[in-house]
Amino acid sequence: MTAVLRTNGLGKRYRRRWALSDCTLSIPEGRVTGLVGPNGAGKTTLLNLAVGMLKPTAGTVEVCGGPPAVAAAALARVGFVAQETPTYAGLTVAEHLRLGARLNPGWDDVVATSRIARLGLDPKQKAGRLSGGQRAQLALTLGLAKRPELLILDEPVSSLDPLARREFLQVLMEAVGEQELSVVLSSHVVSDLERVCDHLVVLVDSGVRVEGDVETLLDTHHRLTGLRRDSRSLPADQTVVSDRHTDRQSTFVVRTESPILDPAWSVSRLGLEDLVLTYMEQAAAPEAAQALEVVR
Amino acid sequence: MTWLAWRQLRFQALAAYVAVVAAAVVLAVTGTRIVALAEPAGAIFDRLTASDRTLFWSGLIVMAVLPALLGAFWGAPLVARELEHGTHRLVWVQSVTRMRWFGVKVGLTVLGAALAVSALTWAVTRWANPLDGATSATHGGFPSRLTPVSFAMRGIVPVSYAVFALALGITLGIVLRRSVPAMALTLLLYVAVQVAVPLWVRPHLAAPVDQSVTISRATLDGISSSGPGGPLTVSAHRADRGDWILSNRTVDASGRVAALPSWLSTCLPGPGAEAPPVSGQTRVPAPVNSLDSCFARLASEGYRQEIVYQPADRFWTLQWRESGLYLGLAAVVGGVGLWWLRERVS
Repeated sequence: MTAVLRTNGLGKRYRRRWALSDCTLSIPEGRVTGLVGPNGAGKTTLLNLAVGMLKPTAGTVEVCGGPPAVAAAALARVGFVAQETPTYAGLTVAEHLRLGARLNPGWDDVVATSRIARLGLDPKQKAGRLSGGQRAQLALTLGLAKRPELLILDEPVSSLDPLARREFLQVLMEAVGEQELSVVLSSHVVSDLERVCDHLVVLVDSGVRVEGDVETLLDTHHRLTGLRRDSRSLPADQTVVSDRHTDRQSTFVVRTESPILDPAWSVSRLGLEDLVLTYMEQAAAPEAAQALEVVR
Repeated sequence: MTWLAWRQLRFQALAAYVAVVAAAVVLAVTGTRIVALAEPAGAIFDRLTASDRTLFWSGLIVMAVLPALLGAFWGAPLVARELEHGTHRLVWVQSVTRMRWFGVKVGLTVLGAALAVSALTWAVTRWANPLDGATSATHGGFPSRLTPVSFAMRGIVPVSYAVFALALGITLGIVLRRSVPAMALTLLLYVAVQVAVPLWVRPHLAAPVDQSVTISRATLDGISSSGPGGPLTVSAHRADRGDWILSNRTVDASGRVAALPSWLSTCLPGPGAEAPPVSGQTRVPAPVNSLDSCFARLASEGYRQEIVYQPADRFWTLQWRESGLYLGLAAVVGGVGLWWLRERVS
């Protein structure tokens, strides 16, 4: 597996506060990877480090096999749609495409113009007068038409209404189908990612909580419900992700490669959103575990 | 990249160039008349109109404020506006490095500003040449081009001022990340430097000349008192009215700076009983004979006038050196901005 984005001990400090610390991860090539995590997990910092907008305080980051943004060639390999999808308010749609053509040697004008036409954007319209959804589409078009190997999108749909969200992700998926490119897409809304991602990274407090193919993740996680019992009584090949206990009942989320054979459990599959939330809650888990000790 | 830089600069550049061309045309049309007026030497003041004088002083004012305006309105928002609107996150991820983006943008802006200021300062300097330093007995005079009033608005220094002001504005914009505060601070710091340089730096750009003269009717420029009955001070002048006099002090026999002896005020004929000085400084027109005897007595007691000055023919030497100084400052300030942009901005 070739990594399109690889970090090792990556950290970024703003004055006293670490926005990202000791982050080690590797994102495979040729996938649409969703980067999820609560606000403040360091997603934006990580992506900005990956495109070279930021310089790391500690550790290293590699995109498409090299350090980011060191030269024009490195920049050409990575496309970036920043948070809030900024565009030049005073420039028209056509001028944005011209900007892209002038600033990118690998610019694909056919992709750009046909995409703008398909979106129904007026080339003479100033970007400042576009709706949020249209502006996001314009920014996406710029990112796609430069023909990058990796396209990184930082919360591209967070400020869009549900319809614009759906359209944006639709366009993104079509583009991924047409062009061979890897995509890393961050969001704190899992339902956005569920439709488009085939790979998932859950980032909490700068750390990777879980990572893997969406299919595999869904297949290997199970919710077990049954009479109250201790988590230590579960088989060794079942990793407990979370446990919840009432007076009589216990609910576990476990990760295992092998099938669940114990007939005492009622077993159910998790949705992607539940799965992600379970891992995010894990951050607060030590308190919950202690509470359980006290009860016993 | 040049296209984008030009696209973002074009309106302000066009506006500036239209204004410069308009000013150049006005100066070219009126300039020939000024040259013609100056033809019989000394007669210029008799035929100078009020509008000529207005134009002279307007030229000074425009040249004084133009670099500051360029620094504030072209320099400060150059990067700060991108940071404010987040567009740096669009343009820095195209296939152009941040440093090249900055280089082209700054290069084009500085070049555009330098050309505009060069054209204007050339036109203004040429126009004002017959008037600079012209004096008359009855109509007052115009400041010489070496004095601080005119020096900064003549010759080549305005170009270096513009480059410095731009560097200052751009760097402050990068550091503060906000256009308006950066503009205000640019103006403030630029004015501070413009005040400090003629006061403390320009006099030493070339070693000033010291000259010691006896006080006589030939060298006397004026006698003034700080009020009725107050101590008198004398100032002498140089033969060349274009010299920039840095200090003009009376020294006693031992060579120390000294006040004039008290007998002088009684020796000198008063300004006349009918018109005592009302306030401040009063130039004293004096009957000839008694003045000579007073000055003779001053000289015999060892009083001399010590003048420190920059000779008029050093105009271009000082212009080049001050331009170098400002360009050096611009390079340092710009370097800080460049470093900040590369290391501290995201």
